[in-house]
Amino acid sequence: MQSAGTVASTGLGPRAETTLRIVAPVAVGLIVLGVWQFLVSVVGVSDYLLPSPAAIVEAFIASWASIVQATLVTGTNALIGLVLGSLLGIALAALAARWSAIDRMSAPVVAALAVVPIVALAPVLNSMFGADSQFGRQAIATLASFVPVFLNTLRGFRQTTPVHRELMRAYAATPRQVLRSLTLPTARPFILTGIRIASSLAVISALVAEYFGGPRGGLGSLISTSAASSAYARAWAYVVASIALGLVFYLVTLGLERLLQPHAPTRRRHR
Amino acid sequence: MTEARATRRTRPTKHGEPGDEAQTAGAPDVAAVEVRGVDKVFQTRDGELRALDAVDLRVAAGEFVSLIGPSGCGKSTLMRLIADLDEPTAGEIAVFGKTPARARLDQEYGIAFQQAGLLPWRTVAANVALPLELHGEASGARTARVTELLDMVGLDEFADRYPDQLSGGMQQRVAIARALAERPRLLLMDEPFGALDEMTREKMQAELVRIAAETGAAVVFVTHSIPEAVFLSDRVVVMSPRPGRIRDIIPMRLGGDAGRAERTEALREERGFFEMVTAVREALHGGAQPGTSARGLETR
Repeated sequence: MQSAGTVASTGLGPRAETTLRIVAPVAVGLIVLGVWQFLVSVVGVSDYLLPSPAAIVEAFIASWASIVQATLVTGTNALIGLVLGSLLGIALAALAARWSAIDRMSAPVVAALAVVPIVALAPVLNSMFGADSQFGRQAIATLASFVPVFLNTLRGFRQTTPVHRELMRAYAATPRQVLRSLTLPTARPFILTGIRIASSLAVISALVAEYFGGPRGGLGSLISTSAASSAYARAWAYVVASIALGLVFYLVTLGLERLLQPHAPTRRRHR
Repeated sequence: MTEARATRRTRPTKHGEPGDEAQTAGAPDVAAVEVRGVDKVFQTRDGELRALDAVDLRVAAGEFVSLIGPSGCGKSTLMRLIADLDEPTAGEIAVFGKTPARARLDQEYGIAFQQAGLLPWRTVAANVALPLELHGEASGARTARVTELLDMVGLDEFADRYPDQLSGGMQQRVAIARALAERPRLLLMDEPFGALDEMTREKMQAELVRIAAETGAAVVFVTHSIPEAVFLSDRVVVMSPRPGRIRDIIPMRLGGDAGRAERTEALREERGFFEMVTAVREALHGGAQPGTSARGLETR
C-alpha cells in the first residue's frame, strides 16, 4: 500500500490510479507468497518452522468443515461481545455526558478496564463461569469492545458547539429534542469510529481468550491444539481463517459507518 | 414545550418616521423590546465585570435598530439578554410585553448569530425546516414554507445541498431564512455578516433591508461596522465600554422619509449617508480621546 504516495505524484488519471491501488497490493501479496513458497520448497526451510503456502491451502481445504465451525463459534462470541460492549459503552457515555458525577466516577474504572490484560483475565473468568461456558469469552470481548466505544462516544457527546446549543435554547427545544436533533447526530461519527475500532478488538480478544481453557471448538483453541500436535499447516490455516474473520468484522463496521453517514463532510471550504 | 407554539398574528406594516415615532407615539402597538434600567455583571476571576450599566432602550414594532460600539461594550450581551440566552443582574426586559423567557418559549423572536450555525448533516432545506420541525409544524405546511423561504433568500436551487457545499454568504442566507421560518415579529441578529467579505456583505445588507421590509419584523442588529449600521437602521444605538452604556441614540433619516423600501445601493453614494456615518462616528468618539474608545471598530 506504500504505492499510494508514488501513484499520486506520478499524475496518472483517476481510473488508472484506482486500478493501481488495487493491483499494487495484490501484486505485493503474490510476490511475498512466491518468495515464501520458494524458500520452503527450493531453499528447504523445514516444515515445522514455516509450512509452505501450498501446504496451508491444502490444510485449509482438508479441514474446511471444522474451520467453518470454529469461525462460527469465535465469530458469535466476538459479535455478542461487540454488540453488548457497544451498547454498554454508548449508554454509559450518555450518562457520563449528562451527569459529570458519573463521568468522574467512571473515569478511573474505564482507565483500569482499558489496561486489563485479556491474558490475565481469561483464566480467571474461565474458572469463574466453568469450563463448558462461552460466557467468559463473551465477557472478555464485551470488555474489550466497551472501552473504545465508551471513550469515543463520550468525546462525541461533547462536540456540540455553543452556537448550536444556543440555537436549540432559542428554539425552546426539549432535552429530548436536543438529544435527537443535535447531540446524537453530532456524536454519530465518533460512535461509529468507536465501534469500528472495537470490532477488531472483539475478534482478537474472543480468539485469545480461547487459549486459556474453556470449551473447545473456537479458532483460538484449534490453533493452539494444532500447534501442540505439530500440525503446523493446519494451525496456519486457522490463522488465515482468523484474519478473514477479523477483516469481515472490520469491513462490516466500516460499511455500517458509510451507510449511516451518507453525507460525511469531505472538504471544508468555509470555516 | 407544549406552550411553545405561538399563534400567528398579522404583521404590523405601518412604518413612518420610526425614530421620533418610537419615542413619542409608539403607543398603539406594544413595543417589540422594552429594556428598563438593565445591569449585567459577570463574575470573572479578576473580580466583577460590568458588561451593562443602567441600559434603557425601546424598540417599536417593525423598527430596525442597530447596536454599535467597540468590543466589550456589551452590545452582544444586551442582545443575548433580550433573547433570554442570559439573565440581567438588575432591571427589566419585556419582549412584546412578556418576560424574555416567556417570549422565548412562545417563539416570539428569530435569531441569527455571527456563525451561521447550520447543522452539517442536514440539507439546506432541512436546516431551514428545523425550527418548524421542533415546534410540530405539519410536514406539508413545512415543505411549502421552506420553499417560500429559500425563494426569499434566493437559494431555491440549493435546497438539497449540504452546508459545507455552500459559500459563507450562502450559509448565512440559510441561517437568516431559518430565523424567519416562523414569521417572528422580532429578529435578533448578532453580527450576522461579520465573517463575510465586503462585497457579499453589502449584498446581504441590501437583501436584509428588503426582507425586513417584506416581513415587517422589528430587528435588533448587533454590528461593529458604522456604514452597515447606518445603511440598515431606523435608529443606531451607540454604546461605550467598561461599563457598557448607551452613549447616544441617533435616528437615521435616509432615502428621504420613505422608509426601508427606498434603501438601495444608490443610498451608499448619497451625501446624507456620509453625514449619518459621520454623526455615528462622532457619537462613538464623543467624550473620549479618539483612538482609545473606538478600538475594534470598522470605519470602512
